[in-house]
Amino acid sequence: MLSKKEKELLVIIWDKMLPIADDIGSEALLRMFTTFPKTKTYFAHLDITPRSKQMLSHGKKIVHALHEGAKNINTLATTLAPLSRFHAYQLRIDPSNFKLLSHCILVTLACRMKDDFTPIAHAAMDKFLSAFAAVLAEKYR
Amino acid sequence: MVEWTDAERAAIQDIFSNLDYEDIGPKALRRCLIVYPWCQRYFGGFGNLYNADAILSNPMVAAHGIVVLHGLDRAMKNMDNIKNTYAELSVLHSEKLHVDPDNFRLLADCLSVVIAGKMGTAFTPEIQAAWQKFLAVVVNALGRQYH
Repeated sequence: MLSKKEKELLVIIWDKMLPIADDIGSEALLRMFTTFPKTKTYFAHLDITPRSKQMLSHGKKIVHALHEGAKNINTLATTLAPLSRFHAYQLRIDPSNFKLLSHCILVTLACRMKDDFTPIAHAAMDKFLSAFAAVLAEKYR
Repeated sequence: MVEWTDAERAAIQDIFSNLDYEDIGPKALRRCLIVYPWCQRYFGGFGNLYNADAILSNPMVAAHGIVVLHGLDRAMKNMDNIKNTYAELSVLHSEKLHVDPDNFRLLADCLSVVIAGKMGTAFTPEIQAAWQKFLAVVVNALGRQYH
């Protein structure tokens, strides 16, 4: 469903974000916690103050997983299988929350990339994030 | 009635005071039609929406984007009475246009992304939260007359 061009665009964007993965990821998380406070319920065990050590490291993990997913987009389900099992069997996060984080990732990218986050890039990223979220939710039942 | 803190009111007023309706309105609606193509079903009379380029250069899309932001302006001017402000528009979207209200949120999300792209780091998490609370109230009000 993603065109060749879109796939290339996604790799370009996530390659650029990789060196600042902790910034981008923690910013997206912070936006999610601030805009959708109910999402904090899943992170009660973490220090979620802005730019805390745990926010930065968890944010980094998220961006690394997205980068990995973008590079292996044709085999997303197998690439993300461990992550999918983890979310379904251990974390048990209501999958509707993935959408909220996806939106905050889009906002974070828009703030950083400004005009470079074109409608085409936005569309490709939205498709990718919803495919990613669908794989994470795949093993729930 | 929705409660607003002074900080929320200030953040929302501030976004509007810097908002170029003629620029942001078209950009938000275009994105909505490109990112969520099923929204195109409501714009069958708008001519060519065949691909992203067609949407980006469609003058009717641009004009309607401006109309939408002027509609949003009414909520900002009536922050304590948003539900009643949109009673008529809600009836129109429900009974005449038959728009599935889920689409209002998609457009609202696109508008947030466009504003984030415009404001950059000034669009802080706190400002985003106030802004999206405002849009959520608007979306809710627009879907209120559906029955």
